[in-house]
Formats: sequence, C-alpha cells, structure tokens
Amino acid sequence: MKRRTFLKGTVASGMLGVAASAGLLAPRMVLAAWPESAFDAKSVDGALDALLGSVNHAESNDIKIKAPDIAENGAVVPITVSTSLAAESISVLIAKNPSPLACSFALSGSTQGFVSTRVKMGKTSELIAVVKSGGKLHSAKKTVKVTIGGCGG
Amino acid sequence: MAKKKIRIRAKMKGDVTEVKALMSHPMETGLRKNKKTGEKIPAHFIREVTCEHKGKKVMVASWGVAVSKNPYLSFKFKGAGKGESITISWTDNKGESATADTKIG
Repeated sequence: MKRRTFLKGTVASGMLGVAASAGLLAPRMVLAAWPESAFDAKSVDGALDALLGSVNHAESNDIKIKAPDIAENGAVVPITVSTSLAAESISVLIAKNPSPLACSFALSGSTQGFVSTRVKMGKTSELIAVVKSGGKLHSAKKTVKVTIGGCGG
Repeated sequence: MAKKKIRIRAKMKGDVTEVKALMSHPMETGLRKNKKTGEKIPAHFIREVTCEHKGKKVMVASWGVAVSKNPYLSFKFKGAGKGESITISWTDNKGESATADTKIG
C-alpha cells in the first residue's frame, strides 16, 4: 500500500515537472525570434550576416536617410529611413557603436518603406541603412558627427 | 518601476495610415555604470515591438540597446480605414511587456 502511494506521488510530481518545463519553454520560444546573435555582433558585417544571412549590399539612391549632420547629444539621434523600394525589412546600423546593429524593422506587404525612430550613438560614426528588397540588400550611408556620446554614463 | 505606457497616434493621409508611437522605457544598455558604486547597471531594453491591424502584423521591430530611452517609432502602412483600431505591444529582455491600442483618425 505504501509502495502504491509512493508511486502515485512520483507520477504526479513527474507530471508537474513536465508541465512546469513546458510552461518555462513557451516564453523562451517567443524570445528566440529576437536575433540575439545579430545584436551581439561587434562588426557591421557580423551583424548583417547574422541578421540577413548576407554581407553583400549595394549602395542605392532609392534609400534616403534623414538624420542630423551634427548631433549635439548622442543619446538621442533622430533618424528616418525612407525608400521607394518594396522593402521587406529595414535595418539601421551604427558602424562605431559597441554593437553596430541598432534596430531592424520587418515590414508587411502593405507597409510603406518608411520608418522613423531615435537611436544612441557612442561617437561620430557612419549610419548605415540596409533595406532588404526582392531578396537583395540595398544600403545607404550617412555620417553623423556626435559631440557628446550617448552610450557611456 | 516606471509606468508601462505606450502613446499612439494614427492618422490617415489619403490611403496611407501614419502611425506614431512613444513608449516609456529606460532602455539601459548594460554598459553604463552607477557613478557612486561603480557597479554596472544591468541591461534593460525593449527587444520586440509589434504592430497589428485586424489581427495581421503590419510591422515587427527588433531593437537592440542602441535605441534611445523612451523610444519613439513611426511608420506608414496602407489598407486601413478610419475608425479601425491598431494595437502596438512590446516585450523587453526581462520578459516585461505592454500593449496599447488606438483608433485610426
């Protein structure tokens, strides 16, 4: 009799364990969608390779970056990327930041090639906007001069 | 803990809807140090922002630590009508999240 209750107990706790691990797994799978390796990459090429699977990008006149020539405060640099290409994704990289990839936007078919946000820049650097369109990467660059860095304390 | 808030404005211009959103978030890089103790302030930043319209994801943004504090986001999309609602939600690296919706005006 004792043995039986013992067995029941183990089965029950076993089931609980499975349920708990399943519960734990769910949020991790959601986070997996976030391209961690791309954001951890320390170089522009490394980030592009991890994010988009290619480092080859051709400069295009169809992409426009709107950002200040001189940013007084590197902690808040407004940037707008617009393109006439049919963009599947728009990514913004800051060449001289500790991790160059700043943000990436996945766009649906009905979304226009336009995103605007604000980023931090550690020091004067090139901004690179990479647009994925028709399986190819197109890019545009703009240098922004930073007087006070926005990555340190 | 700062209030988790998202402010959204969505406006129709012709057949294009322009969405602007402002989120309250510290966006810590994990590189900054507390000046008094010299200890690193742990990273705390929004990883993913999703905008949905009628259950369809219009835009999904993946962010790193380089996005500024209290992030601002703007984008445009087609195919929506006045009075329809859009939803924006974010998730950060600590698993916290916030959601807000608004009607397109």
